[in-house]
Amino acid sequence: MNDKITKQAGGEARYRHRSRIHSLVLRGLVYLGAAVTVGVLLFIVGYILAMGVPHISLDLFELTYTPYNVSLMPALINTLLMTALSLALALPLGLGAAIYLVEYTGRGNKLVGIVRITAETLTGIPSIVYGLFGLLFFVTALGWRISLLAGSFTLAIMILPIIMRTTEEALKAVPDAYREGSFGLGSGRLRTVFLILLPSAMPGILAGVILGIGRIVGESAALIFTAGTVAELPGSVFDSARTLSVHMYVLASEGLHIDKTYATAVVLLVIVLLINTLSALVARRLTKGKTDD
Amino acid sequence: MAADKTARKKHTQALRENVAHVLFALAACICILAVALICLFLLINGIPAMAEIGLPEFLFSTTWRPTADQFGVLTMIIGSLYVTAGAIILGVPLGLLCALFLSRFASRRVARLIRPGVELLAGIPSIVYGFFGLVVLVPIIRNSFDVQGMSILTAAIILGVMILPTIITVSQAALDAVPEHYYEGALALGANHERCVFRIVLPAALSGIMAAVILGVGRAIGETMAVVMIIGNQARIPASILDGARTLTGNIVLEMGYAADLHRGALIATAVVLFVFILIINLLFSVLKRRARL
Repeated sequence: MNDKITKQAGGEARYRHRSRIHSLVLRGLVYLGAAVTVGVLLFIVGYILAMGVPHISLDLFELTYTPYNVSLMPALINTLLMTALSLALALPLGLGAAIYLVEYTGRGNKLVGIVRITAETLTGIPSIVYGLFGLLFFVTALGWRISLLAGSFTLAIMILPIIMRTTEEALKAVPDAYREGSFGLGSGRLRTVFLILLPSAMPGILAGVILGIGRIVGESAALIFTAGTVAELPGSVFDSARTLSVHMYVLASEGLHIDKTYATAVVLLVIVLLINTLSALVARRLTKGKTDD
Repeated sequence: MAADKTARKKHTQALRENVAHVLFALAACICILAVALICLFLLINGIPAMAEIGLPEFLFSTTWRPTADQFGVLTMIIGSLYVTAGAIILGVPLGLLCALFLSRFASRRVARLIRPGVELLAGIPSIVYGFFGLVVLVPIIRNSFDVQGMSILTAAIILGVMILPTIITVSQAALDAVPEHYYEGALALGANHERCVFRIVLPAALSGIMAAVILGVGRAIGETMAVVMIIGNQARIPASILDGARTLTGNIVLEMGYAADLHRGALIATAVVLFVFILIINLLFSVLKRRARL
């Protein structure tokens, strides 16, 4: 009898022991996974910075590009132009679409379902397919040639679902009391949207815009066949213009200016960091707004 | 007179409301229009080429020789599948472990430190990843395996890193969405923290994690610039993961610049194949997302 109990206790102890080892292994794996992820990030960023920062010089920021001095300034300005144009197209459309979906249609509307499915489809389409479509439609069918305009229209379609989605979420988060108050004071729907809802949803919309800018800055595959690779400032919207990412792709594939390629990568990383910081700040304001209510 | 004026004012206001309504509705339809146009332009430019080459020949032939008018994309389909599978094998376990850490193991302060890192990983342009692969990973692979260096393995490693943020963010959302009483119930029954997380929370979040994997597959199969720079781009069936290969996306970006006639059509048809893959992936994703209630 006594023997049996000790045996049982021994079994339990062994079981406990095994399960503790098991737990320790699992915990170790989880920590290792996180450590490797962070390590990879630090290695990539650190390596690019270490190799690139020493090669950043003033002549990289000269206004003209020559084969001897592969200045990134024109590409940087082109990136700004491309971002501004794409946003000018996508922002009104995205806002309008989101306003329609949230404020003008009831639940279970058929159009809403279709719009949502197509928006999800747009999100999943790879950028090279966008680039090909831009080439077939804007560049060839509409005859815009490989140009700033064709590139920005292509990118506008690409970031449209992002802006739509975030604006929708932001509008949904506005308390119904705001709408009721505005209607109660006699404003129409339009007035309510522009004077009450959009201002309250602004941080959320801004977050979407920042996300879109990040996408535009990093994009290369969709732009090679739509905006092209000319490394100069465009004379008009119908001229080809390479953005910074495309510039870096061309430099990397030519392989003649590896130092400058590293430096360009650093500039791109810095821009991404700035965009991420900005979006974190906006997100903080968003959550702060929520606790205020 | 005054009544007349208010009536007119009301009339213009109603008109303005209606115009706005129509404009907003039109904006909402842009998404539908965009998808329709993309499908239409890919199909009317791709289908004739597919028909001229012959669909079975196009899909199942392994010879891609534009100069001899031989266009078979099976090699590229296989290339894409290999690289994507490799990226998933490397990226999913790592991303999932990291998501588990952020969701159930990390203190708030540590999680707040790591999250911007994950966002930065997501924000790095693909061209920078490709360049990093070219200057760091290709030489490593070349020296350690005594091969050319640009290979499926190289591309799979870089792609595995590139899909990490997607896997981490979506699976973390799935893990966070598991009701707290599942965990507490298991804890009350005497299981320790690790056991609760791995036996109870993880299975409960499974369909959300599957959604993350599917999304990762979509990212990996659609990635172009990073892959093109490091995979070698040989249009032949690879014998091992240390061989070079060519993906569907790479095929388009490499040759579209100079292709003409049937060659051009065949490249657009390549995009149609890619598009079909993406549509299937999207469908799977939305089904899983609905099931996971993310």
